[in-house]
Amino acid sequence: MKIVVPLKRVPDPDTRIRIRADGSGIETDGVKFTVNPFDAIALEEALRLRERFGEVAIVAVTIGGEECIEQLRTGLAMGADRAVLIRATGPLDSLAVAKRLAAFCRKELPDLVLMGKQAIDDDSNQTGQMLAAVLGLPQATFVSKLEMLPGSSRVRCGRETDAGIETVVVSLPAILTTDLRLNEPRYIALPGILKARKKPVEEIGAAELGVPPRSRTILLKLEAPSRREGGIRVKTIDELITRLRHEAKVI
Amino acid sequence: MPQILVIAEHDRRTLRPASASAAAFAQRFCSLTEGAYEVLVLGSDVAGIAAGAAHWGAAAVLVADAPALAMPLADRYAHVIAQVARDRGAGVVVAASSTFSKDVLPRAAGLLDAGMLSDVVDLAADAEGIFFRRAMYAGNAVASVRLEGAVRVLTVRAGAFAAPVVQGAGSPIITVEVDPAALPAATEFVGCEPKMGSRPDPTEARIVVSGGRAMRTAEDFERLVGGLADALGAAIGSSRALVDSGITHNTLQIGQTGKIVAPELYIALGISGAIQHLAGIKDSKVIVAINKDGDAPIFEVADYGLVADVYTVVPEMIAKLKS
Repeated sequence: MKIVVPLKRVPDPDTRIRIRADGSGIETDGVKFTVNPFDAIALEEALRLRERFGEVAIVAVTIGGEECIEQLRTGLAMGADRAVLIRATGPLDSLAVAKRLAAFCRKELPDLVLMGKQAIDDDSNQTGQMLAAVLGLPQATFVSKLEMLPGSSRVRCGRETDAGIETVVVSLPAILTTDLRLNEPRYIALPGILKARKKPVEEIGAAELGVPPRSRTILLKLEAPSRREGGIRVKTIDELITRLRHEAKVI
Repeated sequence: MPQILVIAEHDRRTLRPASASAAAFAQRFCSLTEGAYEVLVLGSDVAGIAAGAAHWGAAAVLVADAPALAMPLADRYAHVIAQVARDRGAGVVVAASSTFSKDVLPRAAGLLDAGMLSDVVDLAADAEGIFFRRAMYAGNAVASVRLEGAVRVLTVRAGAFAAPVVQGAGSPIITVEVDPAALPAATEFVGCEPKMGSRPDPTEARIVVSGGRAMRTAEDFERLVGGLADALGAAIGSSRALVDSGITHNTLQIGQTGKIVAPELYIALGISGAIQHLAGIKDSKVIVAINKDGDAPIFEVADYGLVADVYTVVPEMIAKLKS
């Protein structure tokens, strides 16, 4: 069995982002970058499947420039068997990413693509679903429970939906996107990090996967949101109720 | 004159009120471009449900009715949505943000080779056409974005668009053909373990009462958060920490990676206010925070803050609201 796990390089969730003065994006100087946390959950699940079933090859893949090799190294340190950088410049939207991943999957023919439900930078929550559409494969999004069914040709997935936990069975090959409760990614020990530095990172040139699709989303401007001003402190529940009733008029 | 296709969501009994906000978005879009919008309802035996959308001011309510569409499986729904969008010449496909639309619409966008924006909160026009606004980076940045291409797909935050303005008679209901043989069949719906209780959905409620780490057990959460919510007729929500520790259900998680809410009143009980949580509540009209820790970041965004132990003051608040 082969599992492809796309990893996206994103600003660390605990860093406060700063917007560039010209509104063209965020400041990247001095910002710590990390593997998108949802993608780390996806990779962790792939590793657990390999631990359970043996014969599983895990391919971590990312799209971008030289700097993304750092996240591939993290993937290798966690335990991915291979790491692939698909070269691309400039910002890519979900569809442009999905098309590149689709071209990659047509070459690699994975049984499963496991990826995060959303990236914590653009919060789009689209790429997995678009990849499934482009490849014409079934999908299960927001997966918080995953179980391989006997024969390894179908997976049973618990999905976190607004209505509750939904269970679906999808035939492989399939695209699954991971939600928070699926697992807790392992801690990477130092020997793993050192070993990962010696492992090769494969590279695919920007044009090698055929026509490089353009982004259809054009960022015009990035701005700071209007800040909420802190209000007042009340001393008692009585004061709170009075103010909510007569001042804010919301109850 | 772009044609807009609004995808309505329902729970197999009634339309979700949030879907009306997608129609309101379509109406705003049309006021900028002089287009028209149609509503699409998918499901099995949904004629009665579709009638509920007839007063959203749409040019028509389209109904895709087939037993194979009984459950909202993404591959089938996206297939039908893409087909209807092509047949009707839709240049925009839009739905209110939810796990349903986030599952189905990107897939439809992939089929339509369309760019997509999630969680749009505003739209405007300049000399070059319409552009949209949406939050990024856990709500710490607002992006103005244009979408190129013949078809544009969007989800919109329900709280950002009020109900559609309705004039005249109801919209005509039109049945669209669904060829069951053409539908993908590699996904099988097994079941859904429904969330508990009959409280409203936090994305649709006027008041949301939410609990955080201060809640030590599921019983305490129900007594304090649930109790206050019931006294106010409110929905309940939860911080991620409580969901992760198994105290609350995942459907309650509010924040960047859970639900984004914008009620008139948001009451945060024992929530410290991590930026990921604040991303989900920033657009609430009034925020109340009750927390033992006077330095908790939640107080920086709260209109009314009370430094107190929720275990002491929440029962008092419930009793006083009831009396």
